Amino acid sequence: MLQVEHLSFLDWGPLNFSVEAGQCLGLSGDSGSGKSLLLRAIADLDIHEGDVFLHGKRRDDYSGASWRGNVALLASESRWWFESVGAHFPEGIHESVLSKLGFPVSEVMGWEVSRLSAGEKQRLALARLLVRGPDVLLLDEPTANLDPGATALVEEVISGYREEQKVPVVWVGHDGEQLRRVANTALRMHGKKLERSW
Amino acid sequence: MNIIELEVWEICLAGALVVALAASTFLARLGIASSLLVSAFRMVLQLSLIGLVLRELFAASQPWLVGVIALVMLLVAGREVSARQKYRLRGIWGYGIGTSAMFVSSFAVSIFGLAAVIRADPWWDPRYAIPVLGMLLGNTMTAVALSIDRLTVSAWQGREVIEARLMLGETGREAVSDLVREALRSGLMPVINSMAVAGLVSLPGMMTGQILAGNPPDDAVRYQILIWLLIAAGCGFGMLIAVRMAAGRLFDERDRLRLDRLTDAGRSSR
Repeated sequence: MLQVEHLSFLDWGPLNFSVEAGQCLGLSGDSGSGKSLLLRAIADLDIHEGDVFLHGKRRDDYSGASWRGNVALLASESRWWFESVGAHFPEGIHESVLSKLGFPVSEVMGWEVSRLSAGEKQRLALARLLVRGPDVLLLDEPTANLDPGATALVEEVISGYREEQKVPVVWVGHDGEQLRRVANTALRMHGKKLERSW
Repeated sequence: MNIIELEVWEICLAGALVVALAASTFLARLGIASSLLVSAFRMVLQLSLIGLVLRELFAASQPWLVGVIALVMLLVAGREVSARQKYRLRGIWGYGIGTSAMFVSSFAVSIFGLAAVIRADPWWDPRYAIPVLGMLLGNTMTAVALSIDRLTVSAWQGREVIEARLMLGETGREAVSDLVREALRSGLMPVINSMAVAGLVSLPGMMTGQILAGNPPDDAVRYQILIWLLIAAGCGFGMLIAVRMAAGRLFDERDRLRLDRLTDAGRSSR
């Protein structure tokens, strides 16, 4: 379970909410309303005040790096720094995630990053996150660049991971219908505060 | 073998060349004529003064005086390193990292060279200590300035990649490891390149000076070899320390990337 207590950053907050293990919280709001900043604060990428607990354990009991290894943030735009796709993945064979996301497992690790489409980058960024086995997923518009077919695949993979691993998920999205599909409850960021949508 | 003494008017002949160059750059609207003249004038003034200082220093031969001069040289070099940064670390760090790295490397390597290799008596004999330290500081200063600048500029440009790596659970150190490597390479490259062509393309300044001053070439060569080896060590260790410290300063105790610790008020050119 992920608990956010009295979290405040810049002039947002204090914000309080929690997500049970295996549940998905949808988070909507206008652009610039601070949704991405909230995810960054939970992942401890920006300076902020307040506490976040994972399964009852304080964030400060983890090192910064191991917290972010557990509480994984998928940014809305993925970044790549090596030439090949495979260099961004840890050692090992990641067959199931890659094939579920629609990639030819035997080839994709040798692909060049510079030739990926925006949609491929987005799906591969999700894959490189999931193969590390995080305990929480913070997803910032994970299907923004995807066509309907790929969107369905990504939703399926994330739900599958959430149910199998019993991890809490925070899903930031604009598409109200999609949030209805993937989330159990939803909050809306409005006027630097969170309000319950449903 | 006696050195031909240079008269002031003879040096002025060489100065006329620089004035001619400044006039040409002015006519070509390159916009560097005045900084060329100012730095040439500074060079003349500073070297003349240091000539007087060194004459007194050699005559007095006091260890504390050597220490004071060495300290002044270090502080000026430190200021120079921080002035050459496009993005400077805020607070004391911008000045402190370069200065302390040069203190550790240049001073340690100089003392090693003086006490263990040259074995002057006493080891701080200003006739040896000041030139050796000067050569080391001058070169280490360039290497340290270059490598820190390279690191902070590439961190600024690559901040999104660094954060993407942090998001995958890497530590700050892992997330900038490629940038650190590149910074060290670019800082050490000038030293490596100069050593590779030393004697073939260029006759190093110190050796040229000694030969002009009438010393036998093989003595001059031995000192030059020693100086190059000390410079390589001083530059390398100085950069390792400075770049490590600067890279560490880019992250806080939670391994968050803290580019707010950089200013962008630095001069990009002089």
